[in-house]
Amino acid sequence: MKWWRNRTTGHTEDGPPLDARRIAWLTAVAACALLPHASHLPGWLDAVAILLFTWRVAQLQLRWPGVSGPVKLLVVVACCAGVTLTFGHLFGREPGVALLALLLVLKLHELRSGRDGHAVVLLGYFMLLAAFMYSQTPAMAALLALSMTVITAALIALTGPPAPVRVLLHQSAWMLAQALPFMLVLFVLFPRVPGPLWGLPLDAYGSTSGLSDNMAPGSISQLSLSGEIAFRVRFDGNAPAARELYWRGPVLSRFNGRTWRQGDAARRVSDRPPPLPGAAVAYEVTLEPNSRNWLFALETVSALPAGTRLSDDGQVLSGEVVRSRRRDRFESILSTRPGDAERSDSLQAALQLPATGNPRARELAHRLRTQAGTPDATVDAALALFRREPFVYTLKPPLLGTDGMDEFLFDTRRGFCEHYAGAFVFLMRAAGVPARVVTGYQGGERNSVDDYLVVRQSDAHAWAEVWLRGEGWRRVDPTAAILPSRVERGLADMAAGEPVPFVARVDAGWLRSLRHRWEATNNAWNQWVLSYDQQKQLELLSRLGMPAPDWRSMTIWMASLCALLALVLTAWTLRRTTPDDSLAQAWLRIDRTLRSSGLGREPWEGPMDYATRIASVRPDLANEVSHACRLYADARYGNAPHAPAVRELRASARALRRKRTPPTS
Amino acid sequence: MPAPSTIVDAASTLILGKRSRIELALTCLIAGGHLLIEDVPGTGKTTLAHVLARLLGLDFRRVQFTSDLLPADILGVSVFERETGAFRFHPGPVFTQVLLADEVNRATPRTQSALLEAMEEHQVSIEGETRPLPEPFFVIATQNPASQIGTYPLPESQLDRFMMRITMGYPDPAAERALLTGHHGRDRLAGLVPLADAAALTGWRAQAESVHVSETLIDYVQALIAHTRAGGTYRLGLSPRAGLALLAAARARALLQARSHVLPEDVQAVLPAVALHRLPRFDPADSQDEAARLLLQAVALPV
Repeated sequence: MKWWRNRTTGHTEDGPPLDARRIAWLTAVAACALLPHASHLPGWLDAVAILLFTWRVAQLQLRWPGVSGPVKLLVVVACCAGVTLTFGHLFGREPGVALLALLLVLKLHELRSGRDGHAVVLLGYFMLLAAFMYSQTPAMAALLALSMTVITAALIALTGPPAPVRVLLHQSAWMLAQALPFMLVLFVLFPRVPGPLWGLPLDAYGSTSGLSDNMAPGSISQLSLSGEIAFRVRFDGNAPAARELYWRGPVLSRFNGRTWRQGDAARRVSDRPPPLPGAAVAYEVTLEPNSRNWLFALETVSALPAGTRLSDDGQVLSGEVVRSRRRDRFESILSTRPGDAERSDSLQAALQLPATGNPRARELAHRLRTQAGTPDATVDAALALFRREPFVYTLKPPLLGTDGMDEFLFDTRRGFCEHYAGAFVFLMRAAGVPARVVTGYQGGERNSVDDYLVVRQSDAHAWAEVWLRGEGWRRVDPTAAILPSRVERGLADMAAGEPVPFVARVDAGWLRSLRHRWEATNNAWNQWVLSYDQQKQLELLSRLGMPAPDWRSMTIWMASLCALLALVLTAWTLRRTTPDDSLAQAWLRIDRTLRSSGLGREPWEGPMDYATRIASVRPDLANEVSHACRLYADARYGNAPHAPAVRELRASARALRRKRTPPTS
Repeated sequence: MPAPSTIVDAASTLILGKRSRIELALTCLIAGGHLLIEDVPGTGKTTLAHVLARLLGLDFRRVQFTSDLLPADILGVSVFERETGAFRFHPGPVFTQVLLADEVNRATPRTQSALLEAMEEHQVSIEGETRPLPEPFFVIATQNPASQIGTYPLPESQLDRFMMRITMGYPDPAAERALLTGHHGRDRLAGLVPLADAAALTGWRAQAESVHVSETLIDYVQALIAHTRAGGTYRLGLSPRAGLALLAAARARALLQARSHVLPEDVQAVLPAVALHRLPRFDPADSQDEAARLLLQAVALPV
């Protein structure tokens, strides 16, 4: 009575037919593969996918009828048309992924054989890969790892014997865990090429809000600050005090009565900053993409990394537009001025004003200059004026008309840093002191988890510079005169009632620490995973003791490490499955000998049943095999001594090896 | 003491084409377990019970279970006797060595449980007095799975009392032809000579208990039990009692095969009969054979 002999599985060339259990697994595959794409696919496509998916599940659970062929064709044609309408064309990454998503759900309605199941699984894997083209955040990576586990479990379910869900998931997770060391080796050692191999995710290119190359404070009625991170900084030593952290950006020296723009000096660049006296602060800036060629360094920068340049008005520029996250090392000297050597046309530009407009402001400037006498004293007088008069710092300033400076200085007196910087520079110029507006970021927030200083878009700031004979350009921050805490403690400490962005508020302590932790995780991910480029690779490898690694040595290392890992894993697996006893090994030797002729023992088959089966298919081996099986059974399950049985089993393995060649049929 | 296989040989001449079922039934009796035979009428359930009892030289009683059968009809009753002026106990049919409970699922749960207590305890309690049953004591119950109207199916806890559940199945064409052409009738039962007796059966049972069980085999049995408990396929895994029954049955089968140690094949041969009626499945769509195959093929032999 051998019930497993007459099993009737309809094995065809396409593999076993798909039963309800396997189909359920495949629907899980589709769900896992499509979930990461739900947010970026067009809404109508999401709806179609959910509809088709729900239908399939209902067909499986509630015995609904299947989707008929013509309906499927209609869906395909309609969706292709929809994709063309949405994206403008049918080819390329976005429409391609959209079509694949559609095909994946439709494939669920066409599961006939095992091959269809494998197609769904492979498509699922591909969709996971494609998800990385849209987002590379740690959360996405975690989601994809989970999805990967489910899809691999489905692959096991598709090919293996029936097993409970938990067992399959466990097996799949275990398999993926075994792949992890290989992944690490390949990640660290696979030779990198400078620049992206294929398209970076969209969020790397995403146009980020940030500084702009002009400033028109009068036309802004509400400044909306974003909590997005502009860049992160790691100082080599202790971070300087917040009030010294002026991250210099574009310098605006042309004014047309309403808008401030960059001047000619911004276009004159040099490779090397002028030598400066003083102690330098060294730090590393990880800049988020800003779609400009602007880099941000502390005033005043004294050492530049290769490939970057310094404009004549002191802004650090990169050779190309910053489209992906980049890391640069700078050195700055905080307490110095470059000296009063300045081109005369630059000084001329720093005195430029429109011919007419703002009469009251001009008049005020003349009065200040005549009362003060020297340019130095004029600066102090203007700052004293800002301090004395009831000026208010607000993020919701009133709109200003044609003579914006007059209205601001005498009527409204409400504004934010751009108003104050602009008005101050106007006054200075009108008083005959060369001055210009500097934009950039001020301060930053120290993340206590990873000790990075985080500078956000909401830290954007504008201040002024005046040129004084004998001293050169001096930084003057009129906003600090109005509201010193803005500069000393950051935006978070602003006057109550002001619309401070949510992320910048100080009150919710636990929330802030949670946010710090999350941002530190993100930062570690960015630093070590996403920005692991050729440079970082070389750095790491030379720190690991591989001087001057080239792609050849890396490939050799990679291959040897992978081989070593495979050996270790194999040895470990063998140690687990092969019992350390000679009887078992002798028995396994018999099994291996016969297995190579297609006569292997099934894992569940008892030795005597095995002997009977072999005798029926290979009568020529019957005597040898049944003798060996009896020896093993008596020794393993009976009381027969092991040692002679082992000897005889080895002899019979040798005999079988000679005889095993299959009969010619 | 005769070899137990002589009983199988003799029974096979009477019940044609059912050697494996006869072996299982005898294995069950040697292991000291009760037997549940489940099949449609006319497949030889009663004959099997009758033949085994006769060949083993045991007392045999048969009770046809009906819905109006009362516990006293099985256990017996005390009757007042005018002559002696005292109650005298009239033992019921349960006081025998082999009790055939025909269509056990037709009786009410109350009557069923009276029988099942006797099966478990090998004694009955009547009117506050505990009376031991003869030794050996076997119950062979039959059940008709086809007509379920007006029946009280045995609950899982009570199915667990039966060491084995077997099905008879239709005879194969050759056996059926021999059955139709020959004169294998109940009349031949009467002329059956006992080949053994209660003492021989007790001796076999002692022998079976001394059959060697290796560590590797225990590993295998544990792996099988663990698989049923691992979840997914069965609503309930095998109980420790089922594990003991499995090993006892495997030992009895090894004895029947005249072997001094238990092989995995013994476990596999008795496993469907011992385990399947104790394993409520989530998806009972498969046939018994398919269920047995799934269970056995899911667990690899330790090497």
